[in-house]
Amino acid sequence: MTWQNNSFGSAIKKLSEVVNSTLYHVTSFALLNWQVIKLMSIGLVKPGKIFKRRHIFEQMFLMGVQSIPIVAVTSLFLGMTLAMLTTYTLADFGAEVWVAGLVGVGFTRELGPLITAIVVAGRVGASISAELGTMTVSEEIDALDTMGINPVRYLVLPRFIALLIMMPCLAILSDYLGIIGGYLISAMKLDMSFAYYKDLTIEALKLKDVFTGLIKSVSFAVIISMIGCYQGLIVSGGAEGVGQGTTKSVVNSLIFVIAADSFFTALFTYVIV
Amino acid sequence: MNMIEIKNLIKTYDNRRVLDDINLSIKQGETMVIMGGSGCGKSTLLRHIISLARPDSGQILIKGQDITVMNEARLVEVRKRFGMLFQSGALLNSLTVGENVALPLVEHTKLDRKIISIIVKMKLELVGLTGFENLMPSQLSGGMKKRVGLARAIAMDPELVFYDEPGAGLDPITTAVVDKLIMDLTKKLGITSIVVTHEMKSAFRIADRIAVLYKGKVVDIGTPEYIRNSKHPYVNQFINGAPDGPEPLRRSKDDYLSRLTSFDED
Repeated sequence: MTWQNNSFGSAIKKLSEVVNSTLYHVTSFALLNWQVIKLMSIGLVKPGKIFKRRHIFEQMFLMGVQSIPIVAVTSLFLGMTLAMLTTYTLADFGAEVWVAGLVGVGFTRELGPLITAIVVAGRVGASISAELGTMTVSEEIDALDTMGINPVRYLVLPRFIALLIMMPCLAILSDYLGIIGGYLISAMKLDMSFAYYKDLTIEALKLKDVFTGLIKSVSFAVIISMIGCYQGLIVSGGAEGVGQGTTKSVVNSLIFVIAADSFFTALFTYVIV
Repeated sequence: MNMIEIKNLIKTYDNRRVLDDINLSIKQGETMVIMGGSGCGKSTLLRHIISLARPDSGQILIKGQDITVMNEARLVEVRKRFGMLFQSGALLNSLTVGENVALPLVEHTKLDRKIISIIVKMKLELVGLTGFENLMPSQLSGGMKKRVGLARAIAMDPELVFYDEPGAGLDPITTAVVDKLIMDLTKKLGITSIVVTHEMKSAFRIADRIAVLYKGKVVDIGTPEYIRNSKHPYVNQFINGAPDGPEPLRRSKDDYLSRLTSFDED
């Protein structure tokens, strides 16, 4: 009887610990976001004091330009895969012509932003939290604080803004390469000319498709950069802590990216038609 | 006037009083060494004085202003007037040595690039690292990193410099060099210094006064000579490095037998 009581008691204790730590993380994450919003709004009035152009460009290069190869390759392959699958399925109806539209709409609305976000979460999100985590562990964040330099402004803001700018750019690149991937398969399997494929794609696409995709990618940028920074800043306990923080950052980013994707798809499909 | 005045400072972590009613005043221009064993709360005390942590109760007055109740903006103004040397130097690894020293100047002043580079050279000269501006921190030894950290700490010409274990992880000669630098800076620039350390040799070398911390309390305070002859049993044990004394050899509250025969529930 006693062990049952004990395990029940310890289960309650564990549960309350989980609830407590979740509440703690939610509030401090919200606080970090609030600080960023506050700094951004101060920056609108006095941009020179808040935004350091050099830092933002540096991060844009590291996050955006250096992600181009991996985004390009994954998008191209995904476009090809999508085209292969659709030709295979549509062949039953003799409707292979629809491949172009399917790949075009699929990529601009959904797959382009999503595959970009997944690749960037793995590449950039991880590097943000590993870098900030190492800085936290080696007292560099404390040093910034004692020098009267706000670490959120100095470290978080440039990363946030850089990713906010680069993410839609990468998504557009991904859209293009996905469509090219679709064309390659259509050219090989269906003997379509490039001009014909292009016409079919443009005919199927609406401006709204592209825009909704870009809105999604902006929201993914916010998720990835903020979670990456947060997990980096709360690291404690040396190298092991940095590793755990990095893992959490990637896992949480992926979960929230996919959840946000589903949310926005629902929004643009059912609410704002 | 006292540079720093600490009144009834209390901090509790997980039901453990890390700082237990600390009262301490530090005069302008003096070198105060805060000494004590591992876990006595000296680093926590330092984190409170530089306001990286907020106390549960009590006041910390720097030049008469209470920093425990300040908002971020005012805190930044106070922080501009002091420098801090971290245990490992805490240089930003993505910046060069020169950029590290220049960082507070770039962020807080509107000085021209050329003037900043002159100041950086001067500060590096002061710590004996002329011509190291373009190296990365990863190319430096531990002692050099600490010296660059010191150059950065004094970049803004502070009135107050904090040192966290300046001798930790350094060989005796380098420790002596860093100690010499601390003493020189204090005398030449009239800086008030607060040094947290557990190294007796450097403590007695650089201190004007020494405060000994034990279990979150200041147990004794005075000149190095006074501390050396202190009657307080813990201070005695600490200075003589005796393994047993008020600070027991074994850390155990329970009876030996009951400890052996008990089984953890979890």
